[in-house]
Amino acid sequence: MPSTRIIPFQEVAEAVCALCGEAAVKLPGDVLNALRRGRERESRPLARNFFDQYLENARIALSEKMPLCQDTGFAVFFVECGEEARVEGGITAAINAGVREGYKRFFLRKSIVAEPLFERKNTTDNTPAVIHFTPVPGDKIRIVLAPKGGGSENMSTLKMLKPSDGRSAVVDFVVESVRKAGGNPCPPVIVGVGLGGTFEMAARIAKKALLREAGKPHPDPRYAELEREMLDKINATGVGAQGLGGDVTALAVHVEYYPCHIASLPVAVNLNCHAARHAEVTL
Amino acid sequence: MSIIRIETPFTAENARELRAGDQVLLSGVVWTGRDAAHKKLVALLDAGKPLPMELKDQIIYFVGPCPAPPGRPIGSAGPTTSGRMDAYSPVLIARCGLTGMIGKGNRSPAVVEAMKQFGAVYFGATGGAGALIARCIRSCEVIAFPELGTEAVHKLAVEDFPLVVAIDALGNSLYH
Repeated sequence: MPSTRIIPFQEVAEAVCALCGEAAVKLPGDVLNALRRGRERESRPLARNFFDQYLENARIALSEKMPLCQDTGFAVFFVECGEEARVEGGITAAINAGVREGYKRFFLRKSIVAEPLFERKNTTDNTPAVIHFTPVPGDKIRIVLAPKGGGSENMSTLKMLKPSDGRSAVVDFVVESVRKAGGNPCPPVIVGVGLGGTFEMAARIAKKALLREAGKPHPDPRYAELEREMLDKINATGVGAQGLGGDVTALAVHVEYYPCHIASLPVAVNLNCHAARHAEVTL
Repeated sequence: MSIIRIETPFTAENARELRAGDQVLLSGVVWTGRDAAHKKLVALLDAGKPLPMELKDQIIYFVGPCPAPPGRPIGSAGPTTSGRMDAYSPVLIARCGLTGMIGKGNRSPAVVEAMKQFGAVYFGATGGAGALIARCIRSCEVIAFPELGTEAVHKLAVEDFPLVVAIDALGNSLYH
């Protein structure tokens, strides 16, 4: 039996706190590059002006340590937990402690209410986080934070298609989801598509798809082709930057799939605004 | 593309001069409010009570800003999705004389009808550019509902706030 590596609570909390600060102000390089490519493809002056503002906003955010967007999001984590590592005091508590401290220290907006329907009282520290754990071999812990804004999250869709509906129904559903979202999710968006699995697995992999390097095609050429077709059709809608018309409605479409039941063809769509924030650390 | 400078107070006549697609720079006072604050404002009206601010010839900005870091009047402050205010905006336009709204995303037919009838404009601010927009905000003061935190009504003094007329007072719209 390999020995268990003990990671101090505070080490995890401090790392998560730093991730919260970094993700809020630093647009990842792949997203910046996707925005620059989008600006080149855009022919309408008004829409190009928005791309200029996004790039200028990213520059100001980084230099002034001012959040890219006031919606600093739900703190969503994907955590790969080494089976030979253990966090003192519990990893969930440590991550939430890091969120609590980070959202305070870096002057981020607290956007979480404790209960969704009746009181909707703000928890005032942006906890709890949403944490997706995956056990992996080894003694390391990889923590990816993807703060998720409400505007784009609210435009998510999911449909349980029939297997006989096939490829065209999948494409139509994804394209219609983005078209109907209009300007609400702050286009140009990155489109995460989860295909297969169960109801909740489709949603989870749709969100995880948003974390792929922006515009990097799926390794399976059939899925890469599917992504290209969806992207072309989404951009042909003319929704454009801010939903005010333009050639570039999406920067990328990322499809992830999971094996599924013989009776099912679930498809989930999760959109990310152009400020597609994420940051990660391995402990 | 020419840029039009506008100021508050912003009258219905001012509103009717703008056209969808116009790029404007706004200076003056705007009031913040998201759905929680709008709900409370409309409840006050329904109860026959006065509002915490006069809305005639005024502009509401749909925003819930980040906390102000030291030495700055406000944190990141970009627009939120306006559709969540669709249930309330026609009331404020019709009963209070609100003439401008700033947000992101399309509005309902009922909002557009009220804008046409009473003379009001819906401006699009650049969603996801909160750091850029914060630079246009000179001061920020909580006016009402402090218990709502970021969703409280704030009075903002803005200078050269870049906006696009997304839907004008004739009902012309840049949205599909």
